[in-house]
Amino acid sequence: MRFAMAIDTKKCVGCSDCVVGCQTENNVPIGYCRDWIVEVNDGTYPQLEMEIRSERCNQCTNSPCVRCCPTGASHYDYGGIVLVTPHKCIGCGACIASCPYDARYPHPKGHVDKCTFCVHRVKEGLPPACVAVCPTKCLYFGDTDDPRSEISQVLKKRKYKRLIPEAGTDPNLYFLI
Amino acid sequence: MREELIISGRMNPMVDPTLHIWHWQIPLYLFVGGVAAGILFFASLYYIMGREKKYPAAIKWAPMLTPFLLILGLGALFLDLNHKAFFWQLYLTIRFESPMSWGAWALLAITPLSIIWSATWLKELIPGWHWKYPFLDQLEMFFIKYRVVVAWIMLIYAVILGVYTGILLSAFNARPLWNTSILGPLFFASSLSTGAAVIMLMAKSHLERNIFSRIDLIMIGIELFLIVHMFMGFQASSQVQIDAANMFLGGPYTEVFWIFVVLIGLVLPAFLEVLELLGYKIPIVITSTLVLTGGIFLRFIIVYAGQASRYLY
Repeated sequence: MRFAMAIDTKKCVGCSDCVVGCQTENNVPIGYCRDWIVEVNDGTYPQLEMEIRSERCNQCTNSPCVRCCPTGASHYDYGGIVLVTPHKCIGCGACIASCPYDARYPHPKGHVDKCTFCVHRVKEGLPPACVAVCPTKCLYFGDTDDPRSEISQVLKKRKYKRLIPEAGTDPNLYFLI
Repeated sequence: MREELIISGRMNPMVDPTLHIWHWQIPLYLFVGGVAAGILFFASLYYIMGREKKYPAAIKWAPMLTPFLLILGLGALFLDLNHKAFFWQLYLTIRFESPMSWGAWALLAITPLSIIWSATWLKELIPGWHWKYPFLDQLEMFFIKYRVVVAWIMLIYAVILGVYTGILLSAFNARPLWNTSILGPLFFASSLSTGAAVIMLMAKSHLERNIFSRIDLIMIGIELFLIVHMFMGFQASSQVQIDAANMFLGGPYTEVFWIFVVLIGLVLPAFLEVLELLGYKIPIVITSTLVLTGGIFLRFIIVYAGQASRYLY
């Protein structure tokens, strides 16, 4: 099993519902976030291109954060999801420095926090909160090891890119372009 | 023109615009840990070589500082932790992939070794010193008997500690400036150089001062070579590493790096050491202070600049 997410940059309007949905579902402290929206504007008027991406932890298959964690608090869990065990985390910041996507932040309680793909919902067969609330249905979540899953079908049909795979992380967020 | 906007959610002062999680604690630890590693390296090396009479400052006096330096470094590391009450989790596991994990274990080994090493010389250095409890006398006898063994173990751990301070950073491929294997040797050379500078300060005999002045000169030469080598490597690498190098070649860190690290910390003390070896009288305090200043600046600049260097996507 290999959980992944595909983000349709053609359908995303950057409404931030995913951000707020995540903050509500996961009780993210005020001022912090586990997912965020990036808007890229390219070119000069009138030749302009715009891409909107809903970004979060890439749940990398070769995670630098898991590699550098001195206590094993950052680990691979259910379906390859990278999780942090708060009571094992010493808050040294190594994983934060090691993440090329800057997906982690120090929780005010001291431990490090990040996107969990809403593993508590996924285990019950529910989609992550961001996927559930997306009004344009531009987020696809599922198991890429299963060829019949919706995400596998989408990735077969559509062109996609991954963010800085040259960092050697083997990321699991697919941005449909 | 390319413009990237973050329009929502990411109001995280710790993450944006550039991630900066490590502050003064980490570079301070890298510096004091490096100095301690340098001193202990020379102490154990020259003890094994049987130069006890010739180099008393290196073998007996300077190591007295190392327990304090290491405890200061450990204190700084502890202050860096955000989840302080859970620090003991470090010592429930060894993760070889994580430099911080085996670095923490190496510190756990070398700190008591440095205390043992210093304590067994106390009677010789301070006349009238005596231990309060008799079992300490027995313990001292034991360690003096096996001092060569202690020296060998300490030598190995001193190398590990010295190299580790650089490897800790070079393991992060997300920060292109750090992601070079040169950092390990560079920080080790710098720790030997700063260690030699402390020994020079404490040396009483002209002979000892002279030999450590020579060692320091060689180390400075190696450091300069490694710095040039590092930038050549960056320039021949991928775009992110070219950008990382450009922070020092015209970018925001240019002046502070080339003036404080290279000029004041390496070239100037090397020049003074050459003059001294040619027979001019140069106060050793000036040379040593310059070397130590350069060592501090090197750690701080690399740690701060590394966190500003990143992949853009």
